[in-house]
Amino acid sequence: MLSRTAENLFWLARYVERAEYLARTIDATLRVTALPAAYVGKTNEWDSALLTAGVGAAFYDHYEEANERNVIEYLSFSDENPASIKNCIEAARLNSRSVRTALTSEMWDTINSAWIELQAVWNKGPANREELAKFLRFVQETSLRFDGSAYRTMLRNDAYWFSRLGVHLERADNTARILDVKYHMLLPEEEHVGGPLDYYQWTSILRSVSATTAYHWVYRETLKPWLIADLLILNDTLPRSLASCYSNLVRNLDQIGVAYGRQGASQRHARGIRNRLEHSHMDDIFQHGVHEFIQEFIADNSRLGEIITKQYLI
Amino acid sequence: MAVAFDEMNGLGEDLRPAYQELSRWLKETPPDALEYRRQEAELLFRRIGITFAVYGDSEAQERLIPFDVIPRIMSATEWTLLEKGLKQRVLALNMFLKDIYHGRDILRANIIPEDLIFQNPVFRPEMNGQDVPHDIYVHIAGIDIIRTDPDNFIVLEDNARTPSGVSYMLENREIMMRLFPDLFSRHRVAPVERYPDELLSALRSVAPHNASAEPTVALMTPGVYNSAYYEHSFLADKLGIELVEGRDLIVKNDEVFMRTTEGLKRVDVIYRRVDDDFLDPLTFRPDSALGVPGLMSAYAAGNITLANAVGTGIADDKAIYSYMPDIVKFYLSEEPILKNVQTWRCREPQDLSYVLDNLADLVVKEVHGSGGYGMLIGPAATKATIEAFRDKLKREPEGFIAQPTLALSTCPTCTDKGLAPRHVDLRPFVLTGSSHTTIVPGGLTRVALKEGSLVVNSSQGGGTKDTWILSE
Repeated sequence: MLSRTAENLFWLARYVERAEYLARTIDATLRVTALPAAYVGKTNEWDSALLTAGVGAAFYDHYEEANERNVIEYLSFSDENPASIKNCIEAARLNSRSVRTALTSEMWDTINSAWIELQAVWNKGPANREELAKFLRFVQETSLRFDGSAYRTMLRNDAYWFSRLGVHLERADNTARILDVKYHMLLPEEEHVGGPLDYYQWTSILRSVSATTAYHWVYRETLKPWLIADLLILNDTLPRSLASCYSNLVRNLDQIGVAYGRQGASQRHARGIRNRLEHSHMDDIFQHGVHEFIQEFIADNSRLGEIITKQYLI
Repeated sequence: MAVAFDEMNGLGEDLRPAYQELSRWLKETPPDALEYRRQEAELLFRRIGITFAVYGDSEAQERLIPFDVIPRIMSATEWTLLEKGLKQRVLALNMFLKDIYHGRDILRANIIPEDLIFQNPVFRPEMNGQDVPHDIYVHIAGIDIIRTDPDNFIVLEDNARTPSGVSYMLENREIMMRLFPDLFSRHRVAPVERYPDELLSALRSVAPHNASAEPTVALMTPGVYNSAYYEHSFLADKLGIELVEGRDLIVKNDEVFMRTTEGLKRVDVIYRRVDDDFLDPLTFRPDSALGVPGLMSAYAAGNITLANAVGTGIADDKAIYSYMPDIVKFYLSEEPILKNVQTWRCREPQDLSYVLDNLADLVVKEVHGSGGYGMLIGPAATKATIEAFRDKLKREPEGFIAQPTLALSTCPTCTDKGLAPRHVDLRPFVLTGSSHTTIVPGGLTRVALKEGSLVVNSSQGGGTKDTWILSE
């Protein structure tokens, strides 16, 4: 297939995934900030929402204060923020238009309908909390429909695999960023744990990767920080964990390699990261520093993006 | 203006045979049912994303072309005649192009003035002496046809460069079949769905001699911002070929390759929907980022076929148009089956003075204009507009031609006030491959939705209809 087509498919999937992640982040932050201060402490949750979205610095070029109104506006509807939900959906549609021939009609319909709804219903942004909740649901449902229609209707060939690469690369980045911002809350030794403050913060982390219920099914335990870290980093059964993302990335890259009859730097690099995740234990990670581990992962993950681009997309 | 010939009711109230069943059906169908289907059709179009962009209109970057659910119907007899005329016309166009870029017999015979060719900006000196496979220049032609009476088909315009609209022909039919299955069951409508297959085999048949047995065809688009982008992606999809932009292609050793995830892959035929000017920045406009550097030298080396060929603009130029009847006679020694609209060439002093005296009754068009932009429709224009145009015309008479205001035929159309006659034209698509010329029965019927309006262009408020050719 055309390199540009593969590139568009890859980015299309990334934009949709990112839009969903932003919606989840806003949703989780709203829930935490709705609690009385006694439960959540004095940290500015909106600031940390900006950090997990990776737009902390750029935000202050346009706003004075990271409050609910400003941050929601910036993350959801701002034209200034190239990675706002609105811009993600716009970019997703532009990418879809460029690769109409590689999309199934169901996928195109999902993105095009979302874009039409964005123009028609959400053009001015939600008027109140209730509307905002509707909007966030709309974004998450769009992502679910997109994933579902890709899964159910696409031929299992390179077009599908490049699209999946985009999903998992973006997803790994998102999960890693949440961990990076909140890692200090997961550290078992540093401060008193188990108070109500931490409890709601942990719930919030899980919520933003849609893993609250999953946690309980997997561990059958009350929330424990190291188990949360274990779930999000090493547990292959959780679709948004780093380990799961890398199982998928390795598999999709192998499928491409087999189809093209050639392996390359992407396959090697992805396998390297996967192996490291497979052979890690939470104890070691804590000992060497969660922060360092995550930082290194984010850099490695983004390097994989560059290598894939170089090998296939240009 | 006198009452126009109506496709359904003729000149009076005599229902024409092809429309009998439709007329019966319309009487049975309550008006709100029709309105409901119309809304359903619009919803379908928007969801599929069949839109077009209007230049200079930022409010509506993507608009739907209004679709009218009342089909335009033609009998088999009418179609047979039209088809014959179209094949004759396109054959003559191809012979004319071969001649202009080779021996130039027609100039030596003094049928067309030389300066009309050589001083014409759409004449491409790069094509002089350049051979193209099977001498086919115009592989895809869109000939705009109008009628003013039941007996004659008149060519309004030849489109020999990158004619568009065929996706509407195909999608209109899809949607009609979804919305009105009962109406179809009462007619025998010739199918149009084989168009993509015919197009692909025509394109493959003109591959360069050194191409592989399974030549690779690609469709080249200027990109998503082009007004016809939807059609480009639609056709690439139906043909099962790659939709490429200039940046996807690279020329090496005078061969054209596309960049794929598996490395470079040779391309043999490019169905290009990019104008000549933007094909190759080394040959044409150096400021263009749409093209492929070196494409023209690969073309000259005979390693790539471009469809349509470079330089076909000289055949559909509005100034050349007026010579088409002579062109047909010169190459084929036959009488042209399709008529021309009477045309005054403003470059000729006698014609110019007639035109200036009768501006209020004439339609004046720019020789190089298209899409209904920059034309004067005398009867519909204000005095001030006419005077302004008069100055333009005097300054640069060779830039214009004039034609009488024709009473284009009308066809019943849904309007706010119920069914009413609206003016229509028809663009059939003529495909020429190495062995034969094909026309899928039908074409794109365009309709001027405003009462009394004669402008059917989509950029000027025109709509489309499904076109039915009835089988015997």
